[in-house]
Order: sequence, then structure tokens, then C-alpha cells
Amino acid sequence: MVETVAPSQAARRHRRIRSGGATGLSASSGIGLGVAVIWFSVLALIPLIAVLVETSTGGWSAFWATLTDVQTAAAIRLTITQALLVTGVNVVMGTLIAWVLVRDHFFGKRALEVIIDIPFALPTIVAGLVLLSLYGPRSPVGVNVANTRAAVFMAFLFVTLPFVVRTVQPVLAELDRDVEEAAASLGASRPVIFRRVILPALFPAICAGAALSFARAISEYGSLVLLSGNLPLRTEVTSVRILTYLENGNTASAAAVATVLLGVSLLVIVALDLVQRRVARRG
Amino acid sequence: MGEPVAAPGRSRSRRRGPLTYVFRLLVITYLVLLVAWPVSLVAKETFANGLESLRTTLSDPSVTFALKLTVIIAVQAVVINTVFGVGMSLLLVRYRFPGRRLLSALIDLPLSVSPVVVGLALVLVYGGRGGWFGPTLEDHGFQVIFATPGMVMATAFVSLPLVIRELVPVLEEVGTDQEQAAKSLGANAVQTFRRITLPAIKWALVYGVVLSLARSLGEFGAVKIVSGNFEGQTQTATLSVEQKYQDFQQATAYATSFLLASVSVACIVVVSLLRPRTEEKR
Repeated sequence: MVETVAPSQAARRHRRIRSGGATGLSASSGIGLGVAVIWFSVLALIPLIAVLVETSTGGWSAFWATLTDVQTAAAIRLTITQALLVTGVNVVMGTLIAWVLVRDHFFGKRALEVIIDIPFALPTIVAGLVLLSLYGPRSPVGVNVANTRAAVFMAFLFVTLPFVVRTVQPVLAELDRDVEEAAASLGASRPVIFRRVILPALFPAICAGAALSFARAISEYGSLVLLSGNLPLRTEVTSVRILTYLENGNTASAAAVATVLLGVSLLVIVALDLVQRRVARRG
Repeated sequence: MGEPVAAPGRSRSRRRGPLTYVFRLLVITYLVLLVAWPVSLVAKETFANGLESLRTTLSDPSVTFALKLTVIIAVQAVVINTVFGVGMSLLLVRYRFPGRRLLSALIDLPLSVSPVVVGLALVLVYGGRGGWFGPTLEDHGFQVIFATPGMVMATAFVSLPLVIRELVPVLEEVGTDQEQAAKSLGANAVQTFRRITLPAIKWALVYGVVLSLARSLGEFGAVKIVSGNFEGQTQTATLSVEQKYQDFQQATAYATSFLLASVSVACIVVVSLLRPRTEEKR
């Protein structure tokens, strides 16, 4: 008995010292962590690593050849350009929507709250169909963006709507209005208050929202299937390119393009983590 | 303190300037044009001929099969994510261990990975031909890709962080005082969880589960790759929408979309009704 208990206690004490926290892992939570990490690895980590390994088997030259392929390069360029444009629109409109939701009070505000979350919950294929019915060939308002680059823009704009709004809104709601009032009583005009008092406080949240909406836009697939027509060199986005490679049995090229998208996702996560830590440090 | 009498700035900031109305109008117009109007058109298209289009859709065996399969897969994925999410959130908040920060950052990865990449990644590992583990698993009679397990995995992957993201902030806020009190009074781990922790995180958990459900029912890209999209075998509702639309059965596509959209809007409404209550409770 003694022999079996003593080493486990020693190990536990050792672990506690290493982690430096007040609550180290107990035996049962250690098993729980093990199971959780195994499931997470089986589901997400090993498959994602497989993408990187598949890319690396072709070597650097194959990777570069795939990315500089005319059709693939056009797809990546289109995706990034439209994603940047949409992120720009979201930064302005998202902040404005958050502002109206927090500071304005009017009948039907609850309905707007629901509308903002719809793009997050709506199946992407339905999102595409939905946009097609208002801005497609049978448009009741006579605007037809189907199979054009504007369709890619519209689809990105739709699916990324909630991100900036939902990251800025809580920060704006917590903002201390005394500071604004102090600035106003000292003679600052409203634009000056916005630029000098409100904007600096919202900046990390706006950045976080922008990063999320950029990441979401470059990885979008479902809403474009029916809307953009996926015309090579014109409206084909990166995700569609990966799928085409995969359907043609060219997994190495599919993995190469996927690696680029994964790299961007990782960058976004790192950036978000840094922003969150900065905010946490400021209290 | 009292109301400062000679502070014109204060009264100005309280009064609604014309800008308030401009902003309000701008935001409402933007949201109506981008979301509300298009979404409402799906309902209009569906009920253009009364209930006719819904009736023909629901009597189409490939659609009913797809809807059933979608529900089965979504429920499995949500159950897995709920169990994993509660466990993982407790571990991330309550314990300190090496690699905790890395794990907590990686958990968010699925939210920003393209569904197509998710599908590709799963095929590379579990694919029957040339996958890392796929051939071995299939030799033991367990097919993942082009079958239900792969579709559940793809769905679970894309909605993985939703429960955790809801629970972690609430768990951090609740703290451990009550749990420690319960333990010191002799409660075991299960009792502490059921009587102390669970009531505190109840609404956040419901919120996370509802969001996961909405996301799972609507998954398209990852499932398309992993399932092989065989009608009547591995075709889910979202895949069926695409096929029906491209086969010029637009009425069916709109009716199926309407059903999917109603569920996701219902989820959002439930969540927005629950949210103020959670905030009051804190």
C-alpha cells in the first residue's frame, strides 16, 4: 500500500510546484484532462497536423508551385481583397451598430439584437440562398450581383456581421460615462470626445472583432456555393479552390492551400490572445 | 454630488442630437437590407403557393431522410460537445497545469478554420484510402469517412468551442468559494458539481448548447467533404438544399431552407430571451 501511495503523492506535489498555481491536478482531474486532450487531438489536432505533413511531403517547390498557379493565386488574391474590404466595412458599421444598441433606446431594439445574431446561426448554404433571393436574378429590387465579385463581397458581409458588433458592444456598455462627461464639461466637442476618450477604450475590442471577421471571411465557403457561381479567375475563392483540388484527387495541392488558410487562422488567434492579454493587464 | 448647474456639455450629451436619429436610421436600413429583408424572402418564397410547397417537400423521401440524418448527427455532436465542453471549461478555469494557455488558445482554433480545411484534415487522417488511421480502422469494420462517424466528427469539430466560450467567463466569475465550502462540509465531487457548480453555470450552458445546436444543424462545407454527399445515404439537409437548387427544384430548396432557417432563428430568439436573466442572476 505504502509503496503505491507514496510515489503518486510525490508526483502530485512535484506537478503542483511546476505549475505554480494554487490548484494543481488531482488524480481524477488528471484523468479527465487526459481524456479531453486525447479527444481534442483525435478530433482536431492530429487532422490539422496531417494537413501540414501532407503539404511538407511535396517540399517547398511544390508548395510554391501550387500557390503561384494562376487560378489559385487569383483565388487567394480575390479572397484576401474582399475579406479586407469587408473587414473595413465591419469596423465602421459594426462599431456604429454597437453604439446604437448600447446608447440609443427605441422600440424594436430587441428585434435588432436578434437580427444581428442570425448570420451566426443561419446555415451558410441558406445564407447564400437568402441573399440570392434579394440580390439574385429574380431580385424584387432589380439588383443582380449573382456570379460577380460583388456577390463574394455580399456573402462575406453577411456572415461576418456579428463579430465586430458582439466584441465592441460589451466594452461600450461597461465604459464609464463620467469620463465623457468630464471631457464635455471641460469643453471638448463630441467628435473630440469620441476620438480621444471613447475610441482608445474601444480599440482593442474593435481589433479583436476585425481579426475574427477577417478570419471568418477568408474561410467562407457555404454561402458562396449558390451565389458566386465559382467562376475560375473571377469569383472563385480559396475554399472552393481547395475543394476542387481535393475532388481531382490532388490532396497535396489541396493541403498546400489549406496550410495558407491555417496559417492565417493561427495568426489571428495569436493576435487575439495578445490583445486580450493587453486588455487584462490594463484591468 | 447633485446636478451640476453650469455644465452645458452634460445636458448636450444627454439630449438626442440629430446625429442620434441619423445613426439609428443608418443602422436599421443596413440591417434590413443585409439580413432582415433577404431572410424574410425565404418565408415568402416558401409560402408563395400556400402550404403546397412545404407539403411536397416533406413528402419527398430524400428530403425527409436528409432532415432526419441532420437531426441525428447534430444531436450526437451537441452531446459530445456538451460533455467535452463542461469538462474542458472546468479544467481550464479550476486547475493550473503545464500547457494550459496553449490548450485554451488552441480550443478557439475551430472557429476560425475553414470548414473545407476541416473536411480535408479529417479525410487525410481517417480516409479509407491513404488516410493515416483510415485503412486500419476500416479493416476493423469501422468506416469514418463517407459514413456517420466522420460526419459527427466534422460537425463536432466546427462547433467545438461554443460551449466552452460561454462557460469559461461564468466559471471564472463564480469562483470556488461555494465549491470549497461544499467540499469542507463533506460533499463529494459529483454532489458538488450537481448542487453547486451546475446551478451557477446553468444558463450559460443552455446558451452554449443552443448555439452549438444551431451551428451543428447548419454545417455544410466540412460535412460535404466528409460525407461524400450520397443522396439517401449521407446527404444532410444543407447538402440537400444545394442539390435541389441545382436540380431546378427551387421550391423544395426554399422550403427546406425555410425549415432550417426557422430552427436557427428560434435558437437565437431562445438565447436572447435567456440572456437578460443570466445577467440579472450574476
